[in-house]
Amino acid sequence: MQTEIKFAGFGGQGILLSAKLLAYAAMKQDFFVAWVPSYGPEMRGGTAYCTVVISDKRIGSPIIKNPSHLVAMNRPSLEKFANDVKPGGVIFINSSLISTRSERDDITELIVPANDIAIKSGSVRAANIVALSAFAAKAKLVDLELLKNCVKEEFAAKAKIIPLNMKAFDEGVNIANNS
Amino acid sequence: MAKVLMKGNEAIGEAAIRAGCKNYFAYPITPQSEVAEYLVKRMPEVDGVFLQGESEVAVGYMIFGAAGCGERVFTTSSSPGISLMGEAISYIAAAQVPAVFVNIVRGGPGLGGILPSQGDYFQATKGGGHGDYRLLVLAPDGVQEAVEMTMKAFTLAEKYRGPVMILGDGLIGQMMEPVEFPDDLRTEPSNKDDWASSGMDTRKSDKRNLVKSLFLDPKELNDNNLALKAKYIQMKKEEVLYEGYNTDVDYKILITSYGTMSRVCKTAIDMMKEEGIEVGLLRPKTLFPFPEEAVFNAATKESCKSVISIEMSMGQMVEDVERCVKGQREINFYGECGGDIPTPEKIIEIIKELL
Amino acid sequence: MGKTFSTPKSLSDNMTHYCPGCTHGIVHRLIAEAIDELGIAGRTVGIAPVGCAVLAYNYFNFDFQEAAHGRAPAMATGIKRVRPDLIVFTYQGDGDLASIGMGEIIHAANRGEKFTTIFINNAIYGMTGGQMAPTTMPGQRATTAPTGRDTDQTGMPIRMANLLGELVTPGYVTRQAVLKPGQVNKAKKAIKKAFEYQVEGKCFSFVEVVSTCPTNWGLTPLDSLKWAQDTLLPYYELGDYKVPE
Repeated sequence: MQTEIKFAGFGGQGILLSAKLLAYAAMKQDFFVAWVPSYGPEMRGGTAYCTVVISDKRIGSPIIKNPSHLVAMNRPSLEKFANDVKPGGVIFINSSLISTRSERDDITELIVPANDIAIKSGSVRAANIVALSAFAAKAKLVDLELLKNCVKEEFAAKAKIIPLNMKAFDEGVNIANNS
Repeated sequence: MAKVLMKGNEAIGEAAIRAGCKNYFAYPITPQSEVAEYLVKRMPEVDGVFLQGESEVAVGYMIFGAAGCGERVFTTSSSPGISLMGEAISYIAAAQVPAVFVNIVRGGPGLGGILPSQGDYFQATKGGGHGDYRLLVLAPDGVQEAVEMTMKAFTLAEKYRGPVMILGDGLIGQMMEPVEFPDDLRTEPSNKDDWASSGMDTRKSDKRNLVKSLFLDPKELNDNNLALKAKYIQMKKEEVLYEGYNTDVDYKILITSYGTMSRVCKTAIDMMKEEGIEVGLLRPKTLFPFPEEAVFNAATKESCKSVISIEMSMGQMVEDVERCVKGQREINFYGECGGDIPTPEKIIEIIKELL
Repeated sequence: MGKTFSTPKSLSDNMTHYCPGCTHGIVHRLIAEAIDELGIAGRTVGIAPVGCAVLAYNYFNFDFQEAAHGRAPAMATGIKRVRPDLIVFTYQGDGDLASIGMGEIIHAANRGEKFTTIFINNAIYGMTGGQMAPTTMPGQRATTAPTGRDTDQTGMPIRMANLLGELVTPGYVTRQAVLKPGQVNKAKKAIKKAFEYQVEGKCFSFVEVVSTCPTNWGLTPLDSLKWAQDTLLPYYELGDYKVPE
C-alpha cells in the first residue's frame, strides 16, 4: 500500500518542513518514505511544493503525477493541483488564504483557517504545523502522538517556540476531528 | 545504527566522512550545493578540511594536489562543473592518484537545466577529459545506495589508484530518504609511501616521489597507458555490479535502465505484472565496468523477444547495450531529458507498443 | 683552505635541458640553496608548471608534482590545506601564471594560501616556441606578434607583482632579477625570505624573477642580459610590492 501527499504553497510558508515532519514520523513507524521537493528558481519566493511518498514496500518511482492527498496552503496551489488528486483522497484547504474550493465531489475537503489558528496560537509561522496536524488527523496516515513528538524534536534547538507549536498542533487536530 | 531521514546531497557528504575522507574542495552549482553547505559545518567537527575554490577548474587541481600528497579527498559538482573538472580528472587518471568525484547530473548540453538528467553517461563512461583513461563509475538509484557507493568509492579509488565517479542525478541529490551508514564500508588505511609526494621525512625515506603525467618518451607513455589499461581489465573482472528485477520469470521484454530511471521502470514492471504482462529489468550499478555478460544473458533469455533501454537521455547507455547484445535481439530506446522524469504510465505505454 | 662552493644538496646532478644563456638554472640553484639552508628538503613538495620548466623536477632532489598549464597554485592549495606541515612551492612562467593561470594565482594569493610561488618572467612563451605572453613588451616580436606586440589589440604587459601587491590580504610580494651578480644575490635573499615566511606559517609569498630567453628573443646570451636590463627593468621595476607586518 502506497500513499502520496503533495504539500504546496508559497515559498516561506514552511511547506517543505511540514512534509519532512510527516515523512519523518512515517519513517519512525517503519514505513518506506521519500520526500521529493521541487527545487531551483521557483523556491525563491514563488510556489513551493513537495511530495511525500509513504509505502509498506520499497518505493519505486518517487515521481508522482497523481497524489493520494493534497495540502494546499495558498490559492494558486489549489488551482494548480486539485484536479490531480486521486478519487477518495483528502484535499486540505487553508481557508485563511483560499476563498475558493476544489469543486470536486469525489474527494474529502478539509477546510481549516490555518493562518488564523496559528495567529491565535502565538505566531502565524505555525500555520504549517496547524495544516500538518489537521491533515494528519483527517487522513490517518501516522500516529499523531509520534508526529507531535517529531515536531517537538524539530524545534529542540529553539525551545522558546515549542509551546506555541504544540498548541498549534493540538488546535489543528481538534478542528480536523470536529469538521 | 538507527535510520535517519536525509537529503541525498547531505547524505553523500556525511557518507564521505563516515568512509574516512576528511578533505573536501568544491564550487557551488545547482542541484548539489547542499553538499558544501552541509560539509562547511560538518568538516570542522571532525578536524577536516573544507574549501570553496574559485572555480571547478581550480577545484579539480586542489583535489589532484591533495590526492597526490596521499590524502583522501573528494568533491561534488553537477554536469557543467564536471566538464570543467574534466581536465584535472584526465591528469589524475594519468598520474594515478586516488580521488572521488560525485556528479549530481542536471540537464544539458550547455547550461541545460537544473532538473534531473542522465545526459552525462558518455562523459562519465567514455571520457570527459582527454586521453586514454576510464573512470570507475557507480550509479546509485536512491539515497541509501548513494551513501553506500560514496563510501565504497574511496576504497575503490585507493585499490586502483585512480578517479572514481558517483553518477547521481538532481533527484537523488534533492530527495530525502531514510539512510543508514554501514560501519563496514569505512575505508581501511592504505600504504601510499611508494608513490605519494608526502614529503620524504613523512615516509622516512631518502627516495623522492614524483606525481606526474608527462611522458615525452613514447615507450614510457605507452607503458603508462598499458598500466592504466591493466587496471581497467581488472575492474571488468572484479568490480561489475548490477541488479536483475523480475528476471526470474519468463519475460518477453527486457528493460535496461539505471539510477532514478530504473526505479520508475520497476514501478511500471509491478503495474504490468498485475495485468499479466511480464517484463524484466537489468540495472547496471557500475556503468564502467559495464555488466556486459549480465546484459547479454538477460537479453538472450529464450522468452525475451526484445530489449529496450530507458534513460533520461537521448540514447547513451543504449549504445553499450547494443554492443553487449551483439545483434542477438532487437534493441529499442526510449528517453526524455528535459528534466521531467518519464512516469510509470508512460513507460507502460511504450512497452505495450513493443508487445 | 675549506670548500667554498659546491652544488646544493637539493639540486640533482642531471644536465638540464635549458638553452645556453637561460636563467632558469640560476633560479633553480637559488631555490635549492634556500631549501638546504633552511633544512626543509625532507618536507618540501615542488610543483612543476607547463612550459620550459615542466621538467624542473628532474633537477631537484625532493618530492614533486606536475601541474597542468596554469593550475599549480590550485594544486599547491590542495596540498597545503590537507598537509599544512609540508613546504610547498610552485615554479611558473609568464604564460602559465599570468595568462592561463591568472585566476588560480590571484585567488590563491587572495586567500593567503601559505605556499610560495617563484614566477619566472621572461616576457615570452618559451617551450611552445616564442609566442606572445601577457608580459611581452610593446613592440616586442613574437611568433604570434610578428611585427611586434600591438598594444591596441592586446593591451599593455601585465605586471604581476604590482597586481598581487594590490590585494588587501597580507602577503610577501617582490620583484627581483637575475641579470647581474648583485641582482642574483638579492634574488637569493628574497627567495629565502619567501620560504621563511612559509616555514613560519605567515603568509602567501611570491617572488617574480625577471629573466631571459635568448633563444626566443633571437639574441645572444650577453645581448639578452643587456636587452632585459634596458627594456624590461624600466617597466618591471624591482623591489618589494608587499611585505607582511
